[in-house]
Amino acid sequence: MSDPLLAVSDLVVDFQTRAGNARVLDHITLSVNEGEILGIVGESGCGKSMTALSIMGLIPDPPGKITSGSIKLSGQELVGMGVDDLCKIRGKDIGMIFQEPMTSLNPVFTVGEQIAESVRLHEGVSAKAAQARAVDMLEAVEIPEAAARANAYPYQLSGGMRQRVMIAMALACRPRVLIADEPTTALDTTVQAQIFDLLQNLQDEMGTAIIMITHDMGAIAELADNVAVMYAGSIVEMGKVDNVLSHPDHTYTKGLIACVPHLSSSPGPVRERLMEIEGVVPALTDLGKGCAFAPRCNAVLPRCSSDKPVLLATQENHLAACWAAEAEMAE
Amino acid sequence: MSDQNIALTVKNLKVHFGGKKNIFGRKSNTVHAVDGVSFEVPAGTTFGIVGESGSGKSTTALAIMRLVHITHGEVTLRDTALSALEGETLRDARSRFQIVFQDPYSSLNPRKRAGALVREPLDLMNIGTPQEREAKVAELFRQVGLRPEQRVLFPHQFSGGQRQRLGLARALSTRPELIVCDEPVSALDVAIQAQILNLMGDLQKKLGLTYLFISHDLGVVQHICDTVAVMYLGQIVELADRVSLFTNPRHPYTRALLGAVPSVYGKKRDRRNRVRLQGDPPSPINLPKGCRFASRCPVAEQQCKEAPPMLETHSDGHKVACFLSGHELSQ
Amino acid sequence: MSEINTQIKDVTNIQATSSLREMTTMFFRNYAAVAGLILLITILLFVFAGPWLHTTDPFEMVWAPFTMPMQEGFILGTDYLGRDILSAMMAGGQVSLAIGLAAALVSVTIGVSVGAFAGYYGGLVEELLMRFTEFFQVLPTLLFSMVIVALFGASLLTVTLAIGVVSWTAVARVTRSEFLRIREMEYVAAARSGSARDLYLIFKVILPNALPPIVVQANLMVGSAILFEAALSFLGLSDPNVMSWGQVIGSNRPYILDAGFAVAIPGFAIFLTVLAISLVGDGLNDALNPKLRQR
Repeated sequence: MSDPLLAVSDLVVDFQTRAGNARVLDHITLSVNEGEILGIVGESGCGKSMTALSIMGLIPDPPGKITSGSIKLSGQELVGMGVDDLCKIRGKDIGMIFQEPMTSLNPVFTVGEQIAESVRLHEGVSAKAAQARAVDMLEAVEIPEAAARANAYPYQLSGGMRQRVMIAMALACRPRVLIADEPTTALDTTVQAQIFDLLQNLQDEMGTAIIMITHDMGAIAELADNVAVMYAGSIVEMGKVDNVLSHPDHTYTKGLIACVPHLSSSPGPVRERLMEIEGVVPALTDLGKGCAFAPRCNAVLPRCSSDKPVLLATQENHLAACWAAEAEMAE
Repeated sequence: MSDQNIALTVKNLKVHFGGKKNIFGRKSNTVHAVDGVSFEVPAGTTFGIVGESGSGKSTTALAIMRLVHITHGEVTLRDTALSALEGETLRDARSRFQIVFQDPYSSLNPRKRAGALVREPLDLMNIGTPQEREAKVAELFRQVGLRPEQRVLFPHQFSGGQRQRLGLARALSTRPELIVCDEPVSALDVAIQAQILNLMGDLQKKLGLTYLFISHDLGVVQHICDTVAVMYLGQIVELADRVSLFTNPRHPYTRALLGAVPSVYGKKRDRRNRVRLQGDPPSPINLPKGCRFASRCPVAEQQCKEAPPMLETHSDGHKVACFLSGHELSQ
Repeated sequence: MSEINTQIKDVTNIQATSSLREMTTMFFRNYAAVAGLILLITILLFVFAGPWLHTTDPFEMVWAPFTMPMQEGFILGTDYLGRDILSAMMAGGQVSLAIGLAAALVSVTIGVSVGAFAGYYGGLVEELLMRFTEFFQVLPTLLFSMVIVALFGASLLTVTLAIGVVSWTAVARVTRSEFLRIREMEYVAAARSGSARDLYLIFKVILPNALPPIVVQANLMVGSAILFEAALSFLGLSDPNVMSWGQVIGSNRPYILDAGFAVAIPGFAIFLTVLAISLVGDGLNDALNPKLRQR
């Protein structure tokens, strides 16, 4: 297999807080190939957005700092790169879309101007060519009457339309990697479905690699090829989506799937007790030396509180960082 | 079960915003937020209202709570016409119906301690002696899974899930006959959602509570509700018991909505062969004269654009507002 | 950007400390506020306890005019009539501080009431109250207060009221905008469904949450009231029988080029007072906010 398009290895990010040092990312290793969608799931505060920000080189420093590790975009190291070089890559090679399209768009410029601006910045084409590209992009994201809508201000568009504009802007320079941080959380379900279709179609056409950050296991199931489950700054399980969702090995992943009431066309009894994950996410400043999930785990072993589990292959193309899973495998 | 023991009756409820003349005699646009909604909630059951943003589901909840002005229609709790109460009589009646809000961060006054917040309705309505109120608060804390010692903390010292427990304790304090839950779990992490949903189920069983449950999350609604109404642009388009609604949805909007929810059991390729709704809902200011869903409906016919369909009851008690669902049923 | 999860813990160690004690602890942890408090106490001691030690009559001509500070035994020198500036600073400080606080109180009372009712009720009430506010806002404040003082006579009471009456509009605007924002919060709806009356919502629920910007505004008000009084006495529209810092500035102003110290000293005193009050106000503001009080 050739080198992956984007490879993050052993990435450690620390934040200095008043309560002490918080390790927000703890030896994260993941990669994504051209034309692939990698989903990252987890609860809030698990480090999924931090992963995106470090890839974009947007960790606020101070208080944050990439302590060690590397991020490589087709072999080129991004960690430690100068701000100017990083700016060229950001937007051109790696694009990003955010959760709230209203606050990520500048309210005083038309959406066409904003897309054209980013094209001009990165490709140095004429204003006219950039404007034409903006309209093309709006068409590509299936906005009706694109030429007219290019002259609209963000507030004149609906939430779904604004998210399309954000996608158009992120894709305007044909980036090789697109990071989508909860792109549909603020949108209605029917609009979310449209956006997912759009991402899928664009990816089929352009071959963009997508890193999709979400808390919705259903979205992962229907959109992603691979999935990484994060908890308290670490990846606890990773593998092919079908496999991870149908045969999860880590207790946390099992819990995440079982605690959500899933929609079904043959519903079970009403108010059937859901599986609970007791307690809350631990503070990153006082993680013990063992498994961060141990205090909430229902299959905890003696060694869980003393040794931090490492990612081990439990199935083909499937890694889990769980002593219980390892013990089961050994039997 | 429909003829006896109905806790809440809503008849032809309408809430219109705007449409008033200002001092210069110019009339502002009227927003038809809720436009003729009728339903009944049997005591001890959970009635769900689902819909996307702008469907009027939250406004319906606020109108029943008498927190927004009712333009037309009747809301009756047991034999009290809530919609006719004003001033002090309304204040006195408030102990009988309470609300839990979506956002556990903005629905608790940040300047009050947890105990005082839970006690506030008792204080305001002069229920019991101060000692009795304190004892009641301690009991409520235990009931929702908090420790009575936590009464002295401020809301920000609690986690999201704990705050929602506080909201529930507060709503329970006056022993209400009806609790309106406006998206009570949508702001919570998935693992915490299960805790709150289980708690709500337990409390209902123990105290015989009646819930009106507003949500956009079909999975959650299917899990917790006995009867479900689907709203679109201020009107109910389909109303049925949960099994009938989810196994045999009859309105094209309900079907599209169900189809848009990504499922953990879904596969990447499944997504492509589903019906997709195009575009966004029309504005609630200029409503079409026919069926409000016609512009997005995949099966709309000429008659749908000419007159609005009524909510009709099929032989099995399933109610649908669609000209075409009758045909399909007979086939 | 996502938050760093450092605080959300299952709270296990609960200490039931009283609000007052927590607030004091919080206040004293803020060094700037403590510095402000020390400065304020010093000023108060100087102004109120000083006359016991230094008994020279501030109106008596005791030496040659414009004696430089630290000469001939006059720590702060003498003014254009040869009166002791140190005595004038003490006596004048009592008046300036009293007028500043009283006028700020008047303007905050009017401003908060108008702003609160306008912001809470909205509609016609808001329309009327805000037009009323605008009416006061467009009046030239100095001229208007001069008219009041001229009509009702130059006494401490009229000066205080005149300053209060012309300066409440800013407080009203701040209060109204905070009320407009906060009345839409869900905890207000929650209190209402807990059967709260309007007055309870206004004063017990919304106002405490609207306080921070109002406190800041009230702080500024004290400073500007002291300055306002100075302007009025400069124009000869303050009680001539009462010494105030403004009067010291006003009466010595024609000689600013020859004897700048006579103007600079009361000016500096006003500056220090305003600084001390705003530092203390800031500290109080933080101490009153339970969110900042925890650690």
